[in-house]
Amino acid sequence: MSELTFTLLRLGYLVLLWVFVLSAVAVLRRDLAARAADRAERRRGDDGGAPARKAGPTPATPASSPPARGGGPTRLVVTAGPLTGTSLPLGGSSILIGRSPACTLVLDDDYSSSRHARIYPQGDQWYVEDLGSTNGTFLGDQPVTGATPLPPGVGVQIGRSVVELQG
Amino acid sequence: MSAVAEAPAGRTVEPHQRRPIRLAELFLLVLALAAGTGAFAMVGRATTGALPEGFWLASGMLAGVALVGHVVLRIRAPWADQVILPAVVLLNGLGLATILRLELSGARNMAGADATSNAVYSLLGALVAFAVLWFLRDHRSLRRFTYTAMIVGLVLVMLPLLPGIGQEINGARIWVRVAGMSMQPAEFAKIAFAVFFAGYLVTNRDTLTLAGKKILGLQLPRVRDLGPILIVWVASLGVLVFERDLGTSLLFFGLFVALLYLATERFSWVLIGLALFGAGAFFAATLFPHVSARMDVWLNPFDEALYDRTGGSFQIVQGLFALGAGGLFGAGWGEGYPHRVPYAYSDFIYTSVGEELGLTGLLALLLVYLLVVQRGLRTALAVRDGFGKLLAGGLAFVMALQVFVVVGGITRLIPLTGLTLPFMAQGGSSLLANWLVVALLLRISDSARRPSALPVRGQVAPGGASHEPVVVGTDDAAPAGRPAGTPASGTPLPRRSPAYGGPTEVIEPQPGTPRGERP
Repeated sequence: MSELTFTLLRLGYLVLLWVFVLSAVAVLRRDLAARAADRAERRRGDDGGAPARKAGPTPATPASSPPARGGGPTRLVVTAGPLTGTSLPLGGSSILIGRSPACTLVLDDDYSSSRHARIYPQGDQWYVEDLGSTNGTFLGDQPVTGATPLPPGVGVQIGRSVVELQG
Repeated sequence: MSAVAEAPAGRTVEPHQRRPIRLAELFLLVLALAAGTGAFAMVGRATTGALPEGFWLASGMLAGVALVGHVVLRIRAPWADQVILPAVVLLNGLGLATILRLELSGARNMAGADATSNAVYSLLGALVAFAVLWFLRDHRSLRRFTYTAMIVGLVLVMLPLLPGIGQEINGARIWVRVAGMSMQPAEFAKIAFAVFFAGYLVTNRDTLTLAGKKILGLQLPRVRDLGPILIVWVASLGVLVFERDLGTSLLFFGLFVALLYLATERFSWVLIGLALFGAGAFFAATLFPHVSARMDVWLNPFDEALYDRTGGSFQIVQGLFALGAGGLFGAGWGEGYPHRVPYAYSDFIYTSVGEELGLTGLLALLLVYLLVVQRGLRTALAVRDGFGKLLAGGLAFVMALQVFVVVGGITRLIPLTGLTLPFMAQGGSSLLANWLVVALLLRISDSARRPSALPVRGQVAPGGASHEPVVVGTDDAAPAGRPAGTPASGTPLPRRSPAYGGPTEVIEPQPGTPRGERP
């Protein structure tokens, strides 16, 4: 093999290595850009949503959350407390609410317990259950003891937060 | 934990999120394969003038690993990071090519280089990793094995000390030989310890974080909380003294200190760790001849007497010469003399690459390692559970530390130790263990990047808009300046009740906030 081809191959190989590195970096950059856009979108959402929240619970996932087929509640919305406006779609599984990072809805609420309450479906009905929290779970004025049916639109007080099911 | 398809009809609301098609990964894999097979071909061309024996087999194996890995990820971990697998395939390919090149050199001291067996171990490691990805659906299930992992780790570390199966090679007693197969159990112990430390610290970090006095701006832990770190310190010193393995000792201790820091964000732990290790290393260097010999070699490698001595500085100096001969652009695959360095195929594979690819190639290589580590740390930031954070952070850190210790040792930044360069150096245990690490990182990154039907702290569920799930407590992700979710995430942990962030897998009610009545 001639000296020239060899040198070209040798340098070409290094170029190939760097093409790999730079492509990988490009993939990472795209990742960052997507995250930045995402963050900006959320920030806009926060500003726009603020006045609406005063008026009432904001469906924080507008339009994008598809309606349930059976007509039951489709999401759990936080209507008071530090996380006002947060909503999460309901599935068929139970929702654990509390401050522990392992909870489904992680409250940032000093008055709620690590694992405060559980909301779960059974049959056609959703139920709320207190998990032995320090400050208790309240349905209206009534402390929740044992599993209590939870109709949509009724607020459940957990610490300083209130969550409710919405259809 | 998420709403899945088996939910009763009428309530199922699934996030309509397109599964990523992982095109970026495919593209990077093609590049990585081109680099790997290109290296095989160029090695063959330079040494024998034709494609080397087993070229198609080796290339096919590498391509098979890449393809199977890609398919497994698409099916079982579609949201997993797309850079990790190609980077690892590239590193493995480069390592195989280098070992093949040294084997083909036919030099007498390169008789130990065995590209075929290393290819078999790579294949095995990759298959084990893919099996782990396939069967381990959730990394959090590992948390159940916290204390099992501790015992497994300790047993693995102590195995080489057992008479009969333990073996001493080149002064370090880190080998185990059973039924003709020898392995380095410490490589696997590092994974076990990462699982143990992550599980232990996620449970106990609050006492380690919050208790204790503040002196000179440093939050010092209470004396009784120092227990675990002292035990690990003694264990790692034991490795240093009885197994004579500075690298492994440094690796375990570094892993623990890094995880302590990640879990508690108390810089005082880093200082305590560094002080303990410094003191330990100093006494070891003065008391034990094998450690002081290493220090001598590190400080005065060009001393003639030291250079000629058996076990002296010959190897490290030859390695430096090789790096120098490589220069900026290297000699080209198969054109240098890397086989002049003892153990150029295992401990000193870095100098072999340096001689043939030059500084340009080495920097690319180090960047590839950096990419893997960065993706690991990124995963740790993004994942939502504390255990996953610590495990991903620990695994990524241990890989970074290992690369640092190896490259630092070879380039005389720190004393030389016997660690292997992950994925490149010859050695079955190292390959298997590092592929396992990659499997765990990919598994965690899948759960970190999987769009959640469930919002994380204060976040709205991504209804299909976001490309990556909204993350708890990354630098600025917490709206309204609220503190981040877990202490491992970058924002300071608020002073909270001890129950905060306690054991999360326990269903029993926890003591709540001691702050009195409901407002």
